[in-house]
Amino acid sequence: MSWTGKILRVDLTSGTVKSEPLNTEWAQQYIGQRGLATRYMCAEVDPAVDPLAPENKVIFATGPLTGTAASTSGRYSVITKGPLTGAIACSNSGGFFGAELKFAGWDMVIFEGKSPTPVYLYIENDDAKLMPADDLWGQSVWATDKALHDRHQDPQLRVAAVGRAAEKGCLYAGVVNDLHRAAGRSGVGTVMASKNLKAVAVRGTNGVSNIKDPARFMKAVAAEKAVLAENAVTGQGLPTYGTQVLMNVINEIGAMPTRNARDVQFEGASDISGEAMHEPRKTDGRPNLTTNAACFGCTIACGRISSIDEKHFSVENKPQYHHNSGGLEYEAAWALGSDCGVDDLDAATYANFICNEDGIDPITFGATLAAAMELFEEGVITTEQTGGIELKFGSAEALVKMVELTGRGEGFGAELGLGSKRLCEKYGRPELSMTVKGQEFPAYDPRGIQGMGLTYATSNRGACHVRGYTVASEVLGIPEKTDPHVTEGKAGLVKAFQDATAAVDSTGLCLFTTFAWGLENFAPQLDAACDGEWTVERLAEAGERIWNLERAFNQAAGLTGADDNLPKRLLKDAGKVGPTAGMVNRLDEMLPEYYSLRGWTDDGLVPDETRQRLGIADSL
Amino acid sequence: MLKSLHIDPGKCTGCKQCEMACSYEHEQSFNPSLSRIKVFDFHEQGRFVPYTCTQCTEAWCLQACPVDAISANESLGAKVVSADLCVGCKVCTIACPFGTISYNPRSGVVSKCDLCDGSPKCAEACPTGAITFVDASATGLDKMRQWAQKTDTAAG
Repeated sequence: MSWTGKILRVDLTSGTVKSEPLNTEWAQQYIGQRGLATRYMCAEVDPAVDPLAPENKVIFATGPLTGTAASTSGRYSVITKGPLTGAIACSNSGGFFGAELKFAGWDMVIFEGKSPTPVYLYIENDDAKLMPADDLWGQSVWATDKALHDRHQDPQLRVAAVGRAAEKGCLYAGVVNDLHRAAGRSGVGTVMASKNLKAVAVRGTNGVSNIKDPARFMKAVAAEKAVLAENAVTGQGLPTYGTQVLMNVINEIGAMPTRNARDVQFEGASDISGEAMHEPRKTDGRPNLTTNAACFGCTIACGRISSIDEKHFSVENKPQYHHNSGGLEYEAAWALGSDCGVDDLDAATYANFICNEDGIDPITFGATLAAAMELFEEGVITTEQTGGIELKFGSAEALVKMVELTGRGEGFGAELGLGSKRLCEKYGRPELSMTVKGQEFPAYDPRGIQGMGLTYATSNRGACHVRGYTVASEVLGIPEKTDPHVTEGKAGLVKAFQDATAAVDSTGLCLFTTFAWGLENFAPQLDAACDGEWTVERLAEAGERIWNLERAFNQAAGLTGADDNLPKRLLKDAGKVGPTAGMVNRLDEMLPEYYSLRGWTDDGLVPDETRQRLGIADSL
Repeated sequence: MLKSLHIDPGKCTGCKQCEMACSYEHEQSFNPSLSRIKVFDFHEQGRFVPYTCTQCTEAWCLQACPVDAISANESLGAKVVSADLCVGCKVCTIACPFGTISYNPRSGVVSKCDLCDGSPKCAEACPTGAITFVDASATGLDKMRQWAQKTDTAAG
């Protein structure tokens, strides 16, 4: 097998917990994790549901290879209908929690209903129970993690929790596990908090021992680990610089959204880059980066463990932050840095700590603050709204203050917590929100990387880079180089990346392996471990099925082709400098071809014949 | 040549590939809770440290065992538990100064690192070289080499 064959169903309304068998027929069609949980969502939740109503569900899902010796096997996802977008939300996280859930014997946990009072779920192998969390409500993720470790006297307990932002209704609150790994985007933590569910604490000692062909699996795992080790990106670039290896690269090609995407290059990029994280600080001689770190089972180890200069204004009188924790990854460094015009590495690191401590998505937070800064500079909002803070681009002080307020849902932070779409609409300037389907786009400017425009526009969870990372091809030349400035061929490229990613996100392994691996590297590992025959063709087909099922969910939720759009700024305001000067994103040259390749109507609807072909006709 | 496990915490990323390799070899299960090697995460210091039995020459566990269930494999340098002889009294877990022998409630016997018959799976699985299996008399060779490189007594 390699699935545990069991799912845990938690009815928060009645407080009951029960085990039920996994639908193995669906597992063969949807693999696990992202795909399989989406299948359950479609079967059990009305897509038109209010995301914050008790009728919405939250699913924690592992993949069949989660918790195995396969490299990067620490992944799990949180799937629900998202409050930021009104679309299907699926956020993927690493760390150690996912593997622990698998070791406890569970493929998935489905949370339904709403608890009358705050609770957390405690799982010890087969035993699972809801326990009171009244004393944890109002606590940060970090305080919750510590309290649960103290309460259960178990240093090996793994905790996933929501922070204060989620409780206060921030629409982009994440689920944070192991202190600094997060199912970060689309507000999956907000939905969890809306159910009065504060945390999931798990201890698993059953292990994974049902590999189909162990000898063949161990051989495949060793061979694919070697591929990762020998690849320049996964073997050298990512361990040394993390995803921050991209900061200078993306800036140089003029694809760095800067100051709310008014500009396409940031003059301070090198100061907040992966290289800068290695430089000794002037004050204490230590670098920002202490070490790289791996998630469970990962032989890449791109994670950053960083410290902040104790003399820096952000932590000067806060000894509780004078230690190491999860450091900046590229998306966070961009959002908290470039997009706000901030070139202060310590301030961005501090903001990142707070995003982890209080459980907010640094991409949407940073991009929302950037929109607020533009509103402020245009005089639309003033210190009257911001509580006296000058929200100027480049202000590290504003960044530090606003991340604290947003993390706690206080003052102007409560408004920032609603995301840039609602903020800019409220103040009459909707065009200043850099969102698709209500979610902020991340650190690649589609004016300089055309395919990413189509990726953002068509992403099923709102603008996102990890739904079809054509940057790999358009910038890095993986698996082969395409010209980032042309639109020809991008529809097919985006579709191929989206489908492959949907499959990868359903296996239990990490998308970052795909800098070195194609589906041909996943197939032998899955085939040796899992029931059924797993070929490249079958994985690609499953990926396409998953993508279309997500799309069908969104269609039933009321989204249409009109939602496959980009902010006007990317379509009308040309880049001013560098290699992107004079360029806009030409989405209209790609979208019709994309719909056609997908087998969708000219309006972007998923027709019956496509549903029949992919076997999803009866899924909704 | 007698070999021993050598651990360089500075290279460890905390991935736990070693724990999975160990538990798979000995228990046919990917199960860190049954691994005889453990990686410790000193989160606030940003340090990861793998730790396991160092195969003491005069082993406290071996001396303490009342039923002679722990024996020395002289050619490997390993102290090996016989699951058939072990009665699960746990006296060895008290005697060991390092905590590297532990009781398994499911099997009812103790377990410890046995060097996998001379090819330790943890070292094979480690992606960074933090765990190596090297000449027992020269575990410090890499450190010596590093310092040797910095030593320059030649006059100009």
